[in-house]
Amino acid sequence: MTPVLESLTLIIESVPQILMGFGLTLQLLFLSGILGLILAILLLLMRISGSAYLSAPAMVYIYVFRGTPILVQIFIIYHGLAQFEAIRESIFWAILREPFGCGVLALTLNTGAYVSEILRGGVLGVERGLLEAGAALGLSKRHRFIHITTPIAVRLAIPAYSNDVISLMKSTALVSTITLLDMMGYARIVYAETYAPYEVFTSLMVIYLLMTWIIQRAFGLFERRMSRHIRQ
Amino acid sequence: MSNSEPNSEPNAEPIIVLKDVDKFFGDFQALKKINLTVKKGERIVVCGPSGSGKSTMIRCINRLEQHNAGQITVAGHVLTDQIKDIDAVRREVGMVFQNFNLFPHLSVIDNLMLAPRLVRNTGKIEAREKAMSLLERVRIPEQADKYPSQLSGGQQQRVAIARALCMNPEIMLFDEPTSALDPEMISEVLEVMTDLAQDGMTMICVTHEMGFARSVADEVVFMDEGEIVERNNPENFFNNPQHQRTKLFLSQILAH
Repeated sequence: MTPVLESLTLIIESVPQILMGFGLTLQLLFLSGILGLILAILLLLMRISGSAYLSAPAMVYIYVFRGTPILVQIFIIYHGLAQFEAIRESIFWAILREPFGCGVLALTLNTGAYVSEILRGGVLGVERGLLEAGAALGLSKRHRFIHITTPIAVRLAIPAYSNDVISLMKSTALVSTITLLDMMGYARIVYAETYAPYEVFTSLMVIYLLMTWIIQRAFGLFERRMSRHIRQ
Repeated sequence: MSNSEPNSEPNAEPIIVLKDVDKFFGDFQALKKINLTVKKGERIVVCGPSGSGKSTMIRCINRLEQHNAGQITVAGHVLTDQIKDIDAVRREVGMVFQNFNLFPHLSVIDNLMLAPRLVRNTGKIEAREKAMSLLERVRIPEQADKYPSQLSGGQQQRVAIARALCMNPEIMLFDEPTSALDPEMISEVLEVMTDLAQDGMTMICVTHEMGFARSVADEVVFMDEGEIVERNNPENFFNNPQHQRTKLFLSQILAH
């Protein structure tokens, strides 16, 4: 076999082995994506509540989690928290003793901070005049938020949010550093067996690129749907 | 409707009363001791140079702006900081904005149905019927299922008027409703407003459309630098202005 053909064969042969971690990568992505979105909405509501007691903690939280590397956050949660007896004895230990729980937690806390800022950008982008029109019609604050602010803010936030989902998908690879066997984890095993980093990681890259393409496409369709009122 | 037949009965109840109203934006005093009484069914046109406080005054009437001193009474409710039912007051006061402010994500019919459905708990069928009849009244029933961005400015403003009317307000406030329109679209909006005036709606219109003021208004109010300088019936206002500032303003606005 020629070297090129040999490489190609290795790249293709790596795919099924790497895909053994696909389920875990997907679980990490969906679980932390959904939990992170819920966290982001809570943080957003705190930020725009108008109460300093709610908005200040949210701002500090966002600053800390956006201002530190996600790898450090993963290590603190996985290696660091176990040092404390109080945590080992708390009910959270059921989650925190497992690397999977730590991985989901770290990704959730991190993405929640970013996404809440993305959503806030959307909320701030809603024209003031529309809210005044709602107020003038007698809509309560809550009705204005649900029926005017939210649909418009969501549409404004989609492009930035889809970026963050892609970035979260890539961040899931970091959990292989805490013993989890996601796609990255399996790729490292295959690499250790074959000593063919170029082929193995090329294969991994292509899989991530395909996932990115699917995410982009899904959000593209969603954005089109949410923007149907702007198309002529 | 001619000026000799005022819409309101001579001893009709005042429905809006502003008493010594002050409004500040930081250090800038936008309204200075404003006193204004509007009776039920009266049609008032407010004019004056830009920055004179016209918009601020009508925005205080439905509390989009909060006044800093004095008293405002609207349909029997005194507007104060403590007021819990500001939304109840706003339901009685329709407002039309310079920039239409239609909800861009909702179709025309949904723009009209939103507030009655949410605020008055009107049933879907009933709300739709009411909305359609108002779209007919503003002469664009065929646009019901379009989105605002698909309409011309004049059509959007007529939708905005219909949207305000869906709540059956007792009072309509117009904040420069034709200022953002291309000239050829102004008359279609003024026609709708004239219809409304003839039906006996209490109206306060901030506008520079002096033809509209002449033919429709019971009274014209002239404001300058946060004060009401002059209030008079259109005949006297245009032909025999009392104050120097009114004369100057009229000469500027009627010159072209």
